[in-house]
Amino acid sequence: MKKVLSSDTIRLLIPALSLTILLISVFYLQPRAMSYVGLNLLFNLAVPIALATIAQMLIMTVNDLDLSMGTFVSFVACVAATFLQATPVIGVLILAAAIATYAALGVLIHMRNLPSIVVTLGMSFIWGGLAVLILPAPGGEAPAWVRAVMISRPPFMPMAIIACIIIAVVSHFIIMRSSFGVILRGVGGNARSVERAGWSILGVRAATYALAAFFAILAGISLVGLTTSADANIALRYTLLSIAGVILGGGEFTGGRVSPIGAVIGALTLTLAGSFLSFLRISPDWQIGAQGAILIVVLGLRLLLNRLENRGKRS
Amino acid sequence: MTAIPLRHAVIEVADAKISFGAVKALDGVTLRILPGECVGLVGHNGAGKSTIVNVINGGLSPHQGTIACAGEPMQRYGIAAARANGVRCVFQELSLCPNLTVIENTRVMHRTLTGWGWRRRAARIIGDKLDEIFPGHGIDPTGVVSDLSIAERQMVEIATAFSQVAQPVKLVILDEPTSSLDASLATQLLDYVRRFVEAGGSVIFISHILGEILSTSDRIVVMKDGKVVAERPAGKFDEHSLVAAMGSVVKGRHQEKRINDTAGLTPLLSQPSRRGKGLAFEAFAGEIIGLAGLGGHGQTDTLIDLYLARTGSWLRGRDAEVAFVAGDRALNGVFPLWSILKNLTIADLAGLSRRGLVSEPAEANLGQAWKQRIEIRTQDLGNPILSLSGGNQQKVLFARALATPAPAVLMDDPMRGVDIGTKQEVYAILRAEADKGRTFVWYSTEMDEICLCDRVYVFNNGVIVAELKGDSVTEKNVLAASFIGAAA
Repeated sequence: MKKVLSSDTIRLLIPALSLTILLISVFYLQPRAMSYVGLNLLFNLAVPIALATIAQMLIMTVNDLDLSMGTFVSFVACVAATFLQATPVIGVLILAAAIATYAALGVLIHMRNLPSIVVTLGMSFIWGGLAVLILPAPGGEAPAWVRAVMISRPPFMPMAIIACIIIAVVSHFIIMRSSFGVILRGVGGNARSVERAGWSILGVRAATYALAAFFAILAGISLVGLTTSADANIALRYTLLSIAGVILGGGEFTGGRVSPIGAVIGALTLTLAGSFLSFLRISPDWQIGAQGAILIVVLGLRLLLNRLENRGKRS
Repeated sequence: MTAIPLRHAVIEVADAKISFGAVKALDGVTLRILPGECVGLVGHNGAGKSTIVNVINGGLSPHQGTIACAGEPMQRYGIAAARANGVRCVFQELSLCPNLTVIENTRVMHRTLTGWGWRRRAARIIGDKLDEIFPGHGIDPTGVVSDLSIAERQMVEIATAFSQVAQPVKLVILDEPTSSLDASLATQLLDYVRRFVEAGGSVIFISHILGEILSTSDRIVVMKDGKVVAERPAGKFDEHSLVAAMGSVVKGRHQEKRINDTAGLTPLLSQPSRRGKGLAFEAFAGEIIGLAGLGGHGQTDTLIDLYLARTGSWLRGRDAEVAFVAGDRALNGVFPLWSILKNLTIADLAGLSRRGLVSEPAEANLGQAWKQRIEIRTQDLGNPILSLSGGNQQKVLFARALATPAPAVLMDDPMRGVDIGTKQEVYAILRAEADKGRTFVWYSTEMDEICLCDRVYVFNNGVIVAELKGDSVTEKNVLAASFIGAAA
């Protein structure tokens, strides 16, 4: 018997549906958003969030969690607005050192069998402190090339949409299609059997963390490109947004079950939820709560679907 | 130098010794596997089968002894070296990544499947092998493993181990491969094993179904207590001589056993036969009942069912009916941050409380009483539990169960890793408590402990296949029931 839909497709269905429904509601409330400029404005800020979500998803693939994502992106934004703009060589070196630090964190977490939550929570204070040292007051300037990329206006489709599609396709290829991605997800699914097949889990973890840092760095740079200047607290919300984006997109905390396309859609949904609430003229005091309510509804739908799927499997 | 192509052993382990603490898992094992032979490996729980398998596949390095591949001694032998020499292993517990597809799992097992088009190549390799071993299997290689049944997962794992990508497959270790396959699939597998062996490959075949071992192997190695005790061509064995070889020499020690007349009494604990098969379980007051058989054949499940059936209610009464002694101390036994006293009294806090508050003097008295009774070796019961040795921690766990007024105590192989002196003390306590009317249900993987019991239920494949009473509780009878029962 052939199944109509694979479990991966079902996993993607809920985030895609919720994004569509939100988008239709936004267009209904504000028809002028249905334009090149409107779409660009709606989804502009989704680009850095999508990148941070992919970074968080990589960490979650190996059953860890990164609580320093927000401060790390803020730190990168500060580096991008100062060193990367003024002395590009030093800027690149600092960012390379940051990637190496992430890889070392992966090694440390694996070797000492530490909970990643504790290690990254500690690191979040270090990144936050470094960001304040670099930029004690909001300021700096985005490098011209970053700014040029982020505000460019390609024909037919706004930059924000193109960037999100590229992010989704590239990360899907790395994580879901490449032979390296298989090992990465295998570690999340059953580390013991991957180890028995002769792989070094240590190496895989280090590589995963380094790759996550790379995506988080892209998030920080693109954020500066949008805001033109940086601040040490610019992206603190990203820690929770990125986790919510992964879960919203069909990923799970453990077991190596992730979906890069879903994660990007999740990030888009989260961004859109904010705009949707503004269009509804809900006072900013209530927006966070209302955003939470949207999250609960979507996740509730997913639980329901999971249960239906399991029931189908059992019968 | 010999120019004549002598048939070198695929792998040769000489005089391997491994010990975990005081337990000798391997005590000088020598094993040679020649090309083109299937070696059957049998033995009871803890005989060292899994340990020698782990040595051969590179997961464990022996503390002493040498390993040689194709006649060349290996200095550094690990998982990578084993795989490079064509050693593959199908483990007893399923070891695929459930979140990946069949193709992706093939990739995990085979390093060289990489570059453009690896999915197509992997699909062809695993698909062809599945067709070859299990014709008509109906497994879709693009499907996710978690959607497959247990038998299908086992088939995928076996096919992955036999499939050849870069290095030739020389030796495949099959650890209980047929336990989750039905009869027709098992036959397909065994036929394939014979074809593989005739084509020059080697197989180490571990199974508790002696019929399979006898029909498939060329040579049978019997292990016991970390040693090889018998090694003969398969034709020189039959089921009875195999069982006899697994047992030890009959010991002179004989213990007085009571056979209680239970006719007409109401059992204290009872459970209908599991899954509608096998015998029902009954326990009467004052009995020590052993649950025997190979590890993981339903003994722990029975204990947990017995426990949950009597404690799983939210509205449980004040007096517990059963107490549980956990086998895995670290996992579900001790509270590692608590003191010895707190660990001891946790099960009976209701009995020590007045109006919702724990009475500290009563708690201290109880602790002192048990400290003397079972001789917990510590200066002060206020010390943390982890300051005790493993054996003494286990004593505290026993005291925790015995301090409750529960008339029945369930024990899930509690003596793992406990030294012999402590064991003797605990046995004496158990016997004394049983004489006072308490009932013990004791799952043990050690034959000596099973032989201490008044009555023994032998498990096989999740059901009780035999009941032994009094003097018929002997190693020979237990082995016969746990191995030969499987064929029935």
